[in-house]
Amino acid sequence: MASKESVPLAVQLSGIVKRFPGVVANDGVSLIVARGEIHCLLGENGAGKTTLMRILYGLYQPDDGEIFLHGKPIRIPSPRAALDHRIGMVHQHFHLVPTLSVEENIVLGLSEGTGPFLRFKKTRQKLRRLADEYGLDVDPTAKIWQLTVGQQQRVEILKALYRDADILIMDEPTSVLTPQEVDALFGTLRTLVEAGLTIIFITHKLDEVMEISNRVTVLRKGKAVATVNTDESSKAELARLMVGREVVFRVEKKPPQLGEKILHVEDLHALNDRGLPALRGMSFDLSGGEILGVAGVSGNGQHELSEVLTGLRKATKGKAILGAHDLTQCSARTIADLGVAHVPTERIRVGTVPSMSVRENLILKSYRSREFCKWSILDERAAHENACRAIKEYEISAPHDGTPVGNLSGGNIQRLVLARELSGSPKFVVAAHPTYGLDVGATEQVRVVLLAQRDRGAGILLISEDLDEVFQISDRVLVIYEGQVMGIVRAEEANLEEIGLMMAGSYRQAVAE
Amino acid sequence: MSWESWLISTISRTLAYGTPLLLATLGEIYAERSGVLNLGVEGMMIVGALTGFAVAGKTGNPWLGVLAAGVVSGVFSLIHAFASVTLRANQVVSGLALTMLGLGLSGVIGRAYEGRPLMNTLDEISIPLLEKIPVLGPAIFQDQSPLVYVGIIMAILLWFVLFKTRIGISIRAVGEDPATADSLGINVSRVRYLCVMVGGVLAGIAGAYLSVAYRPSWTDGMTAGMGWIVIALTIFAFWNPISGMFGAYFFAALFVLSFRLQAWLSPELLKAMPYLLAIVVLIVVSRGTLQKRMGAPSALSLPYTRGED
Repeated sequence: MASKESVPLAVQLSGIVKRFPGVVANDGVSLIVARGEIHCLLGENGAGKTTLMRILYGLYQPDDGEIFLHGKPIRIPSPRAALDHRIGMVHQHFHLVPTLSVEENIVLGLSEGTGPFLRFKKTRQKLRRLADEYGLDVDPTAKIWQLTVGQQQRVEILKALYRDADILIMDEPTSVLTPQEVDALFGTLRTLVEAGLTIIFITHKLDEVMEISNRVTVLRKGKAVATVNTDESSKAELARLMVGREVVFRVEKKPPQLGEKILHVEDLHALNDRGLPALRGMSFDLSGGEILGVAGVSGNGQHELSEVLTGLRKATKGKAILGAHDLTQCSARTIADLGVAHVPTERIRVGTVPSMSVRENLILKSYRSREFCKWSILDERAAHENACRAIKEYEISAPHDGTPVGNLSGGNIQRLVLARELSGSPKFVVAAHPTYGLDVGATEQVRVVLLAQRDRGAGILLISEDLDEVFQISDRVLVIYEGQVMGIVRAEEANLEEIGLMMAGSYRQAVAE
Repeated sequence: MSWESWLISTISRTLAYGTPLLLATLGEIYAERSGVLNLGVEGMMIVGALTGFAVAGKTGNPWLGVLAAGVVSGVFSLIHAFASVTLRANQVVSGLALTMLGLGLSGVIGRAYEGRPLMNTLDEISIPLLEKIPVLGPAIFQDQSPLVYVGIIMAILLWFVLFKTRIGISIRAVGEDPATADSLGINVSRVRYLCVMVGGVLAGIAGAYLSVAYRPSWTDGMTAGMGWIVIALTIFAFWNPISGMFGAYFFAALFVLSFRLQAWLSPELLKAMPYLLAIVVLIVVSRGTLQKRMGAPSALSLPYTRGED
C-alpha cells in the first residue's frame, strides 16, 4: 500500500469479504483512501468494485473484514447509517423518483425542520448556496423526468451534498454522459475536492483514471491487486494490473473492401415503449464489408433502431430496404430468414433462453430447417454435432452441450449468441452493445469476430455506448441524437470534440459517403 | 314525487351508499401508493362488517363497533402485508386469499348473528344551520350518518398527507422507486406495512358502516362485491384521494340510479358501469405517456429486495 503517514485517512477497508451464492465478489479486499483525494477504483465488470462500495454505503453487509472511518472502526448497517457518517453515493443507475420534483427528491427521507409539513423555503436557500458554491445549478421545482441525464446526475450530487456528505462515492458516473458533460462533471469533482471532500470514483475506463485521480486501486476478480499513485503509473501498467496480462489496445483492422450497398434506410420513424417518438426520420446506407458504428448517449433511439431493423418493433413511417424486401414490413422470422443476424443488447433476456441447454439455444433460429428437423421431429444428433462445432469454433467454455445457458458466464453467453447468429453467413448483422459487461479477453474476441464477418463481406451495424469501441472497429460512425442522424463521419477522420457536440445535439454535420 | 324531492333523496342516498366505497377506496389508494396491490378489500370489509355488528350488539355502543371493526380489519390486513412485503409473495394471489379467507371466516362465525336485530345503531345526524339551505341542505346535511362526514374529512386529510407532507413523499417514493427510498434511509417495509394497515383499518370501518349504520343487520356476504368496485375505483381515481371521493359518489350515483331509472334503463347496465369505466381508465392509463402524470405507482405489486437493481 502506498499510503503516506502524514496524510489523514478518510476510509480504510481491511480484509473485506463478501460472498454471493456461487461467487466471492470481494475476497479479502483492503483499501485506503486519504482525506481530500480523488481515489479511483479500477477494474473490469465483475471485479467487485460496486459490491465493495455498496458495503461502504451500507447496502450490503460484509461477511468478514473491518471498516474504519477517519481512523475509527465503525459498522454501517444501512444507507441511513452511511449518510449519518457523512458518506454519500451516486449510483450508476440514478436513485431518483421520476415523478417527484428536484426538491422533493432532495428532502426525501430527511427529518429536518419543523413537524411533518414540507417547507421548501429553507431547502431552496440551502440549494441556492450549494449551487453557487459548487456551480451545480438545477431548477428545484422541475420534475426529475423533465431533466437531462446530466442534470439528473447533478441532482444526485446535490442530494449527497445536501446531506453534508464529505466522502462521495461515484459509481461509473460517466457512462451516460457526453464528452462535454464529462468535462463539466470532472470540473465539479475538482471543486468538491478543493472544498475538502474525498471522492471515490468507480470506473473501468483508463483515460478517466489518468485524468481525474490522485491514486488508484486496481481490483481484479474480487481482490485488490495494487494501489498506485496515478502520476507514477501509466495506462499500460494499469491495464496489465486490471486484466492480469499484457493488453493489446488495438485490434488489427484491415482497410475495408466495400461491396454493394445492402441496406438503404430512409426517413425511419418509430415510437418507444412509452409511445413517444424514438426515431424521427433516420436515413442512412450500409454497404457490404463495412462496419457502421452508431454513437450516442444511451436512450437516443439506438435500442429502437435495432428493434425496428430486426422486426421486433413496428416502424410508424419510412422504410429499410434490404435486397428486394422492406424490413419494416417483415416479421422477425422473415427477417432472420433473409440473412439478418441480431446480437441483442440483452443477451440473456432477448438473446437466449437461460433455462434451455447450450445445444437447444444454438438451434433456436434454425430448428425448423431440414438440417435439424425431419417430419417435425428434432434431430438430436445433428443438434449435438452443431453444438460441438460451435463450442470449438467460438471457444465457448461449457461443461457439455446440455448445460443450461443460464449457468454460463456473460462472455460465454455472448460467444454462444454470436455462434448462433453468425452461422449461415448472414449478409447484415445488427450488433447492439456486443461487448457490454464482458471482460477484456471476451471483448477482444467479439471484436475480432465482428471484423472477420466484415472482411467476409457482411454489412454490420454496431450500436455501442463505448466510444472507443465505436472508433476502434467501425469504418464510418453515425451519431444519433433524439432519433435523428446528426452526422456520419469516417472513423479515421473523426474529431472527438465534434462527435461530442453532435451527441449533445448542438451540432449537425453533412453525411460522409 | 316532486322533481325537487326526487333530486334531494337521490343525492342523499348517493352520499349514504358512496361512503363505504369512499372509505375503503382511500385505504386502497394508500396501500397501492406504497406499491402494494391489495385485492383483499372485499374480505377486509366483510370482516369489519361482522366485527362491527357483533361488538356494537354486545356493548350496545355502535361507535365501539366501528372502532373494533377498524382494529380487527387492520390486524387482518397484516396477513397480506406479511405475505407480500416480508415473504415477497405474489400480491395477486395473497390478496385473493385474503378475500376468500374473510368471506369464509365471516360466514362461519357470523352464522350465530344472522337475522338478529341491532338495538343501538349509529344514529343519523343533521347539521344545524347548513340543513336549512334549500335543496342542498336536506340533500347533504340532513339525516346522514356521521360516517358520511368522516369520509369526506378523511378524503381531504389523506390527500393533504399524501401530497403535502414528508410522510406522503416517503409513501409515494416507496411506491415509485423503493431502491431510491431505501438508499435514503426510508424503511421500505415499514412504510408498506403501515399503508396496508391503513387500508385494512379503513376497509374495516367501511364494512362496519354497512352493518351498523347503513343497513343495521348482519347477512352473510353483505358487502356484495363492493370490495371489487373499490379496486376499480382506485384506478378510476388515478390514486388520488380527492378524485377518489368524487369517483365513489359517482359510482354510488350510478348504483342509486339503477333502481330509480329501471323503467328506462337496464339496471344491469348501470351496475356494470363501474367496471366498464375502470377498464376504460386502465386502457387510457396504459397508453403510456399519460402514466407518469396520472399517478400510477411504478413499483405497484413489485416486491422489493435490497441490492437488486
